[in-house]
Amino acid sequence: MSTASVPIAAGTLVRRKPPWAVRRRRFLVAVADHSLLIVVAIIFLTPFAFIVLTSLMTNEQALSSHLWPSPFRWHNYVDVFREAPIWRWAINTFLYSVLATLGVLCSSIPVAYALSRIRWRGRDLAFATVLIALMLPPVVSVVPLYVMWAKLHLVGNLGPLIIPNWFGDAFSIFLLRQFFLTIPEEYLDAARVDGCGELRILATVVLRLAKPAIAAVALFSFLYTFNDFFLPLLYLRENPSHWVLQIGLSEFRSLHQVQWNLTMAATLLVMAPVIILFFLAQKAFVEGVTLTGVKG
Amino acid sequence: MTETAVTAGAPFTAERRRARHRAAWRRRRLVLMLMSPWIVGFCVFFGYPLVMSVYLSFTHYDLLSSPKWIGWANYKYLFTEDPQVGPAVRNTLWLILIMVPLQVLFAFGVATMVARAKRGVGFFRTVFYLPALAPPVAATMAFVYLLNPATGPVNVILGHLGVNGPLWFQSPQWSKPSLTLLSIWGVGNLMIIFLAAILDAPQQLYESAELDGAGPIQRMRWVTLPTISPVILFSVVISVIAAMQYFTQAYVAANIASGQASQAGDQTVNNLGYPEGSTLFYPVLLYQHGFRFFNMGYASALSVLLLIVAFTVTVLIIRNSRRWVHYAGAVK
Repeated sequence: MSTASVPIAAGTLVRRKPPWAVRRRRFLVAVADHSLLIVVAIIFLTPFAFIVLTSLMTNEQALSSHLWPSPFRWHNYVDVFREAPIWRWAINTFLYSVLATLGVLCSSIPVAYALSRIRWRGRDLAFATVLIALMLPPVVSVVPLYVMWAKLHLVGNLGPLIIPNWFGDAFSIFLLRQFFLTIPEEYLDAARVDGCGELRILATVVLRLAKPAIAAVALFSFLYTFNDFFLPLLYLRENPSHWVLQIGLSEFRSLHQVQWNLTMAATLLVMAPVIILFFLAQKAFVEGVTLTGVKG
Repeated sequence: MTETAVTAGAPFTAERRRARHRAAWRRRRLVLMLMSPWIVGFCVFFGYPLVMSVYLSFTHYDLLSSPKWIGWANYKYLFTEDPQVGPAVRNTLWLILIMVPLQVLFAFGVATMVARAKRGVGFFRTVFYLPALAPPVAATMAFVYLLNPATGPVNVILGHLGVNGPLWFQSPQWSKPSLTLLSIWGVGNLMIIFLAAILDAPQQLYESAELDGAGPIQRMRWVTLPTISPVILFSVVISVIAAMQYFTQAYVAANIASGQASQAGDQTVNNLGYPEGSTLFYPVLLYQHGFRFFNMGYASALSVLLLIVAFTVTVLIIRNSRRWVHYAGAVK
């Protein structure tokens, strides 16, 4: 708003430079603002720094009060893979994450479309079920679901973690529906006039226009499953060959006594994929998080 | 198109009606097809567990033999006898009353500072968001190491400053504050939501407030807070719900910290809630009864209670919010 009116004002009225005292005061205020921010930012980054530093120490050093590794022991990162089946945990994690994310997308997009762009009786009621599912804590349904999976003899493998995602995820449906609602009706009508069925409209027009929301849902789902600890703990704890990274990491120290240096190396390795993903898809991340807040 | 159909006269109406009927039926089938994942999902993964939870909560069930109806016995034990329920509820209340407000305040404070920054908004946003990305297990393990009483970097630095650092995760008084520090470190999601809301606030409101002579504090009170109040409500609700389900960090911290205390990887020891039950939150208690003792009936009773409380709290917050949440454009 204000930026749009500036060029007009600049044409008629040359802005006078503020007096030196005012400029100095503004500069000092800006420095004060930023310096507090910079201090807090550094505090936020130090845990990462200590994780990296510790992961490069020898074991004796990690147990001492020295903060700087000497010598740098890069070999820790080789040892970690030798000490624990990290690759197997990683493969299980990616199986879980990728299959669950695919499921969320395949099942939630059609539901969100039916809840936003097609008119039918009972739609509001159906949407209310999504909202209810969204509000109630998942911890509540954990016991009967465990009983159900136990009866199906699926406890101990990845099935109970992946399968539910293929039947719609309330949060994703909600997010996608809110976004689908913002697509102008004219686009859809144009496609309808051209003889597109609803499915073709969904597959071509809507999917293309809703890319940011779909990217956000995929990212959230991937992150959620990658970071998930509770469900893997319930269903996989007794079966180490199906452990995911988060379970493996939490048991890492008990498997290998008190090797803080290797533990921190493993910790960093588990953090790395998410952080790399963030830097690759930063825009989608920030847009996605904002989407949840503003539209929520 | 409809007009030509109407003028075409009576002989066509029957056929038209049939065609319309067919179209409506096709439409219904399409909707059913699109909705089918959710219909099945809602019934199997939501409706069924809900009903089963209530049923199981009236039984004794250990997964091996079939459930045995015992009436209100689980609830009676829960409310009058179980010595762990009181502390678990108190611990969870601590999270709701102390950790959640600190999280929200901190996220708001940082968002305000970042929004005021003239330069590097993107850089600061990344820095404050990054920890929120770290997997909770990894973040918790890192914090248990950082706050390790004897040789952890934090206490070493505090020692250099002449402060005798506390025992953090090893002490019942400091374990919850330690978890709070961890949660504040990971507050990036809330911060980004606040930041977007603050940057989204209509600029002319600030300008007119400034013209009316409002200082920074008054602008905050009368412009910023009202415009972002829906976002504050949203974050309070999700943080409270998250606090009632707080599990992973508590579980991992207790596990790692206790392993560190005994120096032996003894897996048979029950270290949930270490130290001294100070991190035994309500979901941890539920986990212990359901998946360590396989007391499915009693765990169901615990989960039904959690469901009722969570629902009531959410409704109460939202209802009370009408007084302080301001929706732009809403006629109130």
